[in-house]
Amino acid sequence: MVSDSLIRRLERQAAVIRRHAIEIATEHVCHVGGALSIADVMTALYFHVLKVDPANPAWKGRDYFILSKGHTVLAFYAALAERGFFPVETLQAYEAKGGILAGHPTLKAPGVEVATGSLGHGLPIGLGIAIACRVEGAPNRVFVVMGDGEMQEGSVWEAALAAPRFGLDNLVAIIDHNRFQASNAVDNIIPVEPLADKWRSFRWDAVEIDGNDMAQVVAALESASGGPKAGRPMAIVAHTVKGKGVPCLENTPRAHYTRLTPEEAAEGLRGLEVAP
Amino acid sequence: MNGLGAAKSFPDVLLELGETNPDLFVVSQDVGPVGAFSQKFPERALDMGITEQNLVGVAAGLAARGKLVFVYAMAPFVTMRAFEQVRTDLAYNEKNVKIVSIFGGLVAGPWGSTHHAIEDLALMRVIPGMTVLVPADPHETERCLRAAAELVGPVYIRMGAFLPVHEEDYAFQIGRAIPLREGSDATIVATGTMVRQAIEAHNRLKERGVQAGVLDMHTIKPLDAAAIREAAQRTGRIVTAEEHGVIGGLGSAVAEVLAEAGVGRLARVGVQDTFCTEIASYPELCEMHGLTAEGIERAVLSLLEGGKS
Repeated sequence: MVSDSLIRRLERQAAVIRRHAIEIATEHVCHVGGALSIADVMTALYFHVLKVDPANPAWKGRDYFILSKGHTVLAFYAALAERGFFPVETLQAYEAKGGILAGHPTLKAPGVEVATGSLGHGLPIGLGIAIACRVEGAPNRVFVVMGDGEMQEGSVWEAALAAPRFGLDNLVAIIDHNRFQASNAVDNIIPVEPLADKWRSFRWDAVEIDGNDMAQVVAALESASGGPKAGRPMAIVAHTVKGKGVPCLENTPRAHYTRLTPEEAAEGLRGLEVAP
Repeated sequence: MNGLGAAKSFPDVLLELGETNPDLFVVSQDVGPVGAFSQKFPERALDMGITEQNLVGVAAGLAARGKLVFVYAMAPFVTMRAFEQVRTDLAYNEKNVKIVSIFGGLVAGPWGSTHHAIEDLALMRVIPGMTVLVPADPHETERCLRAAAELVGPVYIRMGAFLPVHEEDYAFQIGRAIPLREGSDATIVATGTMVRQAIEAHNRLKERGVQAGVLDMHTIKPLDAAAIREAAQRTGRIVTAEEHGVIGGLGSAVAEVLAEAGVGRLARVGVQDTFCTEIASYPELCEMHGLTAEGIERAVLSLLEGGKS
């Protein structure tokens, strides 16, 4: 069902999202590694899956998106801007005084449903939205993106435990499994594996995909949001590469929060140009 | 007993509001059915079990979809375990959620300090945009609930005052203290269960020839600073009374007003920066920690011994 032309279009769009992230990370010390790892998921959501109206962000029929790992906001802002929620030029005002683009998502930026930044908040809020839509009989869906380090937060598992109780098939959790948290590899801090099995044991449907393979991302998101799921919420464990697209950052602790030299950025941008 | 008739309980107020407002939800914390509301509107009565952080997040999510949400939970747990969710998900995110708490203060008695909430008002008060209400009796509780439902934004309501205070009809407005007794020697600024004790203290002091006014400060935030300044200018002596620690709650809030205004002298009746670790019943604990009419009386007299500033 997933056409090659769709995948190629989304891959080109993902390259644009990464280009914005790299350009901002050349000007600012920022959480660029996680933005690059989740860029493909963000692209598939905003340019294929989510029903949204950029001209009317509060449209009642919209799907909801929550970036629970709020620090990877570069990919979020880039997707919102490219999708038309605000001008692309606004991205140049990232963290600018008096602007609308804080270092974590806030309600100032059009298209942001919930201000996040402290980890472990997004899934409970997404659960509340999903319940509200379910009680209304409304078809809106809710997508929550979390980090793998975020799996260490207890509140994630409170919501994971609660969600199946409400028979929700309109709630999708996506875990950006890039294997690194702020200071080190997740496995060297508090390991979170086996991740998909944890979600299954909490009575969620769970799939594991290569989260940097657009075809797999699209297939997983489509199956999570439309197919028959017997009233169960869905977890997508997206195996990704932290810093994806900037070779010197990939799979390094440094990728979490850094500034790119012009040479590093140029290397990343060259890689995007040759992308299919 | 009084001219007000019977007050409606929290579940009955919810039921009434929920009949006309299909967007009203209750999110509760393992406290069983919330009266007839849960029976009549089971889809809108969500028991989130023992998941305080998740519970407050779910409330924020419901509000993000435009719902009017009442959280019904234990005061120590919802304000402390879920503090960051209240601060960030509700207040920072501007969500229309009302937290209605039970087990505020020392009512849990011999269950111990895990179940006492003598910090809840302090915690809720420091959150920008939060409204903090502590009704003094069942009628005031009903009015607080109705006023909170009308107000757009997060509200914390500490319930638990079950004995009558108000004898006749009165105007209720969030942020506006209610004068209950007149007095020129001192003013007792009391909240919640301590309002009843303040009236008793007023009576006892009157027998000694001391005239102490009583202000029912049902709103801790936004505080009625004008009423406090006026009372301080007129009577010179202010005694705060709260079933709460003296740090951070009503006593601190009033101290801030008086210090900035440069008027009046202050004594604070409340729990004196300690856990109430004695194993004792609720009334006995209140007695041990001076949360009584006698405690308020002593505080007023101590200020009088100090002379009028």
